[in-house]
Parts: sequence; C-alpha cells; structure tokens
Amino acid sequence: MGKKILVLPCSGIGKAYGEIGRQATYELAEDLKPGQVDTLCLGRLMIRDPEALERMEDSFVITVDGCAKDCALKNVEATGKKVDKAVRTLEVFKDHRDLKPEGVLNLGEPGFKLAHYLAEKLSGEVDCRMKEE
Amino acid sequence: MSEAIVEIPQNPKPVKVGIVPCNGEEICAGSITRFACRKVLDELRKGQAVTLCLPLFIAGDKGERQFATRFPTITVDGCEKRCSAISTEKLSGKPAYSFVITDMIKDAGLELSESPRTFSESDKEAVDLVAAEIAKKVDEILGQEGDE
Ligand code: SF4
Ligand code: SF4
Repeated sequence: MGKKILVLPCSGIGKAYGEIGRQATYELAEDLKPGQVDTLCLGRLMIRDPEALERMEDSFVITVDGCAKDCALKNVEATGKKVDKAVRTLEVFKDHRDLKPEGVLNLGEPGFKLAHYLAEKLSGEVDCRMKEE
Repeated sequence: MSEAIVEIPQNPKPVKVGIVPCNGEEICAGSITRFACRKVLDELRKGQAVTLCLPLFIAGDKGERQFATRFPTITVDGCEKRCSAISTEKLSGKPAYSFVITDMIKDAGLELSESPRTFSESDKEAVDLVAAEIAKKVDEILGQEGDE
C-alpha cells in the first residue's frame, strides 16, 4: 500500500465553518475512505510533537480551513512540510447558500449536510492523490 | 480581520476571560474540550468570556498573538500533551490557568467513548462537568481581577 493521506482540519472555534471541516474529515476518514485517510491533532504540530511530524512526513497532506486565515495550511507549512492540497470550506458552500448551520458546534441537519458535501469534495481530492501516486 | 475572535474590548482592565481549547481532532477528549468551552461562552458565562482559535497563534497577526496578554486566559487540553497550554505560553502569554481534562473526568467516574465524532451519554456528561469547572475558574479569575 502507498502513502497514507492525512487530512487536517483547522477546527476553528469561533464560527461553524471550523466544525464543518472537522465533521467532514471524520466522515471522509470513517465512511467514505476508511483505511486510506487519517487525521492528526493540529495542536501536535504546534508543539512539534516528533511522532506527529513523522506521520506527516510520510503522508500526502490535505488541509481544510474554515476561513481565509488558513490556519491549518499555515501550521503545516510552519513545520517545513509542503501541503499537497489546501481546501477552504467556503468553496463548497457557494453552491448551497440555503443551508445554514444551526450553531457553531451543534451544526444541526443543514450543517451536517454541508459537512457531507465537503466530505464528498475531499473524497474527490483523495482520488486525485491516489491516481498521482 | 479575524472570524475567530468573538470580541476584543479596548478597555485596559480585563473584564473578560479568554478560553482556548486544544484542537484535539484525534480523540474524544479533544472534542469535549471544544464543546465545554463553547458551552461556557454561549451559555454559562455568556458575555464574560472570549475565545480564539488555537492555531491562529501561528497563522494570525500580532493582535491575535497578544490574546493571552490582553485577557487572563484559561487553556483546556484533552490530554497530557497539553498542546493549548504549551502553545499559548510560547506564542502568546502565560495562561492564567491550564486544565487537562482527563483527571477531572476519571475522578468523576466517567468513561469516554472512543469516538471524537459523536458523543455518548457519558461524553455529554463530561462536557457538562468540564464546562462547569471552566465556569468556576472564570468566576475566580474575574473575582480576583475585581479585587485588585
Ligand atoms: S482558519 Fe479561520 S476558522 Fe479555522 S482556525 Fe483559523 S481563524 Fe479559526
Ligand atoms: S492536547 Fe492532546 S487532544 Fe489536545 S490537541 Fe494536543 S494531542 Fe490532541
């Protein structure tokens, strides 16, 4: 088996888009691409946890950010690792403006639908990485 | 402009407490930190607490990095790696208080599920427990500030 794919959401806490990226990552790793995709605590990169850095080094990395601050992307880059694909949650929502998450973390049905659309987009990105390999 | 900062008041004497949960994507306790902090922000101590996305300490600007010097800050970590406490201290300022929630949960006899994605009843109880502890600490800190 080839390289594993690590998907790192920013998990923003101020607006729902951070949680949507996180839930999309879980759906991707558990339901859509089980065994192919994993995630990692972004905080471990901030403290330069050696095992986390090693896991990232051996993987394709996809970041998922909730806003233009691009925290996941920048935190990976700050370790010296190149990101293979950077996704912003807002890219997906342009086509689903009718769906409004209920709360920041309690997304409700519309928020989970948005997470699902994002998970599908991420699944397409995973397929691209697999083909490249 | 940050989407993550709830509000930063300009008055020099802090009247609010900062709360920064760890990211915690890998484990259930990492999700509990988020939900507990949000519960304090939105329900238990609404208006008395503010938050900042932890990874903004690296990705953000100078104003965001000053967060822990502008607010007495409580960090909330899901495990002994203490990513929020260590990063906040290194990149922003020494936290006023740091929680690692594992002991608190164990002492209460609660067992967390394996999943960081969906909560069991016991996980939900843990959220309430951690939120109550954070709220107590917010009161303590604001009380101390008020006494100065
Ligand atoms: S990218 Fe935006 S939402 Fe995500 S952690 Fe950073 S500031 Fe928060
Ligand atoms: S403190 Fe533990 S749970 Fe939280 S981000 Fe770090 S490794 Fe993950």
